[in-house]
Amino acid sequence: MSYVAVKGGGEAIREAARALEALRAMAGGPSLDPRQIEHQLHFLHGRVMSEGGLADADLVSLAIKQALGDPLEAALYLRAHRSTRPRLAETAPLDTARMRLVRRISAAFKQVPGGQMLGATPDYLHRLFRFELLEEDPTALERILADWLADRPNDLPPPTAPKVLDALRAEGLLPPLQPSSETAFDITREPLGFPVPRSAALAIMARGETGGLLALAYSNMRGYGDIHPTVGELRVGYLPVELPHPVTGEPVEVGEVLLTECEIVAMFAREEEGPPRFTVGYGACFGHNEVKAIAMAVLDRAMSAAAAAGGPKNPSEDPDFVLLHVDGIESHGFCIHYKMPHYVTFQSDMDRLRRARAEAARAEGRAP
Amino acid sequence: MSVLLEVEDLARIHGRGCDRCLEVTGPEHGTNRCRFCGSVVALRGASFALERGEVLGVIGESGSGKSTLVRLLCFDEPASSGRALFHEADRVVDLFALDAARRRAFRDTRLGVVYQNPMLGLALSISAGGNIAERLIAAERVRYAFLRERARALLERTGVPVARMDEPPARFSGGMQQRVQIAKALATEPPLLLLDEITTGLDLSVQARILDLVLELQEQLAVSMLVVTHDLGVVRHLASRTLVMRHGAIVEAGLTDQILEDPSHPYTQELVSAAL
Amino acid sequence: MRQRSADALLPLGHGFGYLDEDAKRELRRAIFKAVCVPGHQTPYGSRELPIARGFGTGGLQITLALIGPEDVLKVIDQGSDDSVNAANLRRLFLATCPGVRETRRTQEASLIQTRHRIPERPLRADQILILQVPYPDPLVVVEPNESKRRLMHGRADYAKLWVKLYEGMVTFSEITISHRYPTRIAGHYVIDPSPIPRFDVPKLHRADCLYLFGAGREKRIYAVPPHTTAEPLTFEDVPFRVEDFTDPATGRRRACSRCGSTTSFLDEFFDETGARLFQCSDTAFCDEELAGRGAAA
Repeated sequence: MSYVAVKGGGEAIREAARALEALRAMAGGPSLDPRQIEHQLHFLHGRVMSEGGLADADLVSLAIKQALGDPLEAALYLRAHRSTRPRLAETAPLDTARMRLVRRISAAFKQVPGGQMLGATPDYLHRLFRFELLEEDPTALERILADWLADRPNDLPPPTAPKVLDALRAEGLLPPLQPSSETAFDITREPLGFPVPRSAALAIMARGETGGLLALAYSNMRGYGDIHPTVGELRVGYLPVELPHPVTGEPVEVGEVLLTECEIVAMFAREEEGPPRFTVGYGACFGHNEVKAIAMAVLDRAMSAAAAAGGPKNPSEDPDFVLLHVDGIESHGFCIHYKMPHYVTFQSDMDRLRRARAEAARAEGRAP
Repeated sequence: MSVLLEVEDLARIHGRGCDRCLEVTGPEHGTNRCRFCGSVVALRGASFALERGEVLGVIGESGSGKSTLVRLLCFDEPASSGRALFHEADRVVDLFALDAARRRAFRDTRLGVVYQNPMLGLALSISAGGNIAERLIAAERVRYAFLRERARALLERTGVPVARMDEPPARFSGGMQQRVQIAKALATEPPLLLLDEITTGLDLSVQARILDLVLELQEQLAVSMLVVTHDLGVVRHLASRTLVMRHGAIVEAGLTDQILEDPSHPYTQELVSAAL
Repeated sequence: MRQRSADALLPLGHGFGYLDEDAKRELRRAIFKAVCVPGHQTPYGSRELPIARGFGTGGLQITLALIGPEDVLKVIDQGSDDSVNAANLRRLFLATCPGVRETRRTQEASLIQTRHRIPERPLRADQILILQVPYPDPLVVVEPNESKRRLMHGRADYAKLWVKLYEGMVTFSEITISHRYPTRIAGHYVIDPSPIPRFDVPKLHRADCLYLFGAGREKRIYAVPPHTTAEPLTFEDVPFRVEDFTDPATGRRRACSRCGSTTSFLDEFFDETGARLFQCSDTAFCDEELAGRGAAA
């Protein structure tokens, strides 16, 4: 009786799905509530929202739940869902100075118009375990929130602030903003060609995988590149989104998205025309993702400064290298695809190896 | 003898250029950077002819425009203005009027380029024979036995031990790498070789042997050569005629012996007396 | 206050063929272009799908753009209808394309999506074979920079690929490329025919059917239209060789241990006792051979 290598694949994958589902149920109830995911896993939620490229907090939570917390898998749910949706409208460029801020800092100046606002950040926490959280009283969270709200005056207008870099730009220390008439390149709809338009490069990085962006940006900071960035401004907040009204065409506010934005300033370059100026880099993405926004700004600056200086000298300065390797959906998918059957190609590899061994044996005058 | 290559009023300007660039640069101004727009006039008004079978030397210090001349002629960078006419048996080819595909075909079959830096002319991780094969394949010869035979003959001819033809040049000495580059350049029997500082950086004894090889090949194959160097010894050894370049312009041209014995331009006089 | 119940989330479904209609229209445009310029890698705005990149999203998008409710679909992976990936893709098609009928019989299918194999039996003019492609560009092994590769394709500059063949010959006295064998289409573009074995490459040459290749992650579609030449790159004096199934012990070609075929591409594996076995990789072909043999007996 011969043994059949591949049979019943359908059965096997159904069982695999059941086993995964059982894994999720292993500790019993209660099942995670999407609202808890959004807030108690604030940073995971933000990361998945940005990498999935879909500003829908509920779907992001559901994706995290279904993916058992794997951020790459969760982002894939969002991207796949996007593919079923038509593109109905485009927003005009949004002015991030209108952002309702929850956090905003500048490392360049002690004081900035609108003020420094530390907001919610883990930056200055002592990373010591708080073992009491292992068994947290269900009312504890309510108490924490009530305490915090009690200290907030609630009659203030939503905090907004001008952009820190505007002052430097007014002084001529930064390259002037170039008003652009081109519409943003939609990487979800159009095939990418090189050289890549800047709007496409920024969009790819805005959806990029945090770890991938960070690794490449870090290489640039460490010496495979020449940056010592100064964070001109980092802001986190809710940005009103406007769409043209379907009848009047006037912009109408349709909601707001949580956004992180970072502008870095780095060492100046000799301009072909005009006086020397600082170089700048821009990063922005959905959700609360500070390390991603900074890394993106560093890479944006690395690529544009290298292009102006005659071409890349390091991987992090090469758009071809950076932009084709930072998308998590692509790198993750390709990496895990190696787990699929490769019997045929391996058979072909064995054929070549055996043949080469036979040739080598023949050349050395021994039996294969 | 008949003319192989005619170069007319060739120029190369780096930067955006302006109306005044040519007026305020050149040997008489002691600079090739335009003080109005900052552009660099790397080469200007270069006109000369190269005879069939002739070795023409081009000498000058760095920044004189001599390497720019080579890069323009092998299409490594575009000319800003001027012409280069290549005389074939039955037609004249206007080099800078060729489209990209024809430039490439021309370079593959009519030109051999040997660079100072072997990394520019060779893939150092591919075997010496493979490097030569690449050039033959680019000229549409895809018989394996032919590639082997031709690579072996060329390496033998240029003094590379044939036993090492399957090794990558990364493992070779600098002199040996130059020999592989020369073999590769000769692969398609081009009528013109461009040699850019090919002995710079090599030991003196190695330099001498490479120069002997070039001379020998020239005598046997009657190939025309443009030999660019900063070294008077190289032109003395190889070139029957020599162009002297400074600040992007040809300041003197003539028989090599005459230029070395009786230089007329003050810069050439300086160059010759410095070498003595 | 944002409050959305599970019910409110439900209507977020999709139409026939999963993708939105704009996406399908763009895919069809790219397919037309690919057919018009045989072997040319046509870029397209590749969409994400509910399976991971690398699992056939390129082939899937082509199939979803072409399929209609009247189609008969066959999905194979490694030659088999039953391998995990084939089963998984089939499940997705059946769930998203109501009306489509599935088949395992090659002759019955109007569309065949495949990974790593071309069926043994020649396909007809009314059939389309859709191959999943991980690396669309054969030049990637000699030139990592995408912009440079595009120029090389435009000029049909494939000298570096031949040098790779040359280096294999020098080192091993053999062309060492096992699968993804670079193949020249209609005398100009060289394609990566996807990781099919060399055994399948001749099937591309002047075939009756249309071959479409889809790379989802790399966002390229290319085609070998019917009756188009497809020549594996090789030297004039070094023959292109397909996988050799000769048994060194007997000097004869091995046969499938199940159906006895001596012409098909064989999978080699070990049974529970550690004994080496050879069987047809194309399981539908094997079943038919077996049935034919039974009928003849």
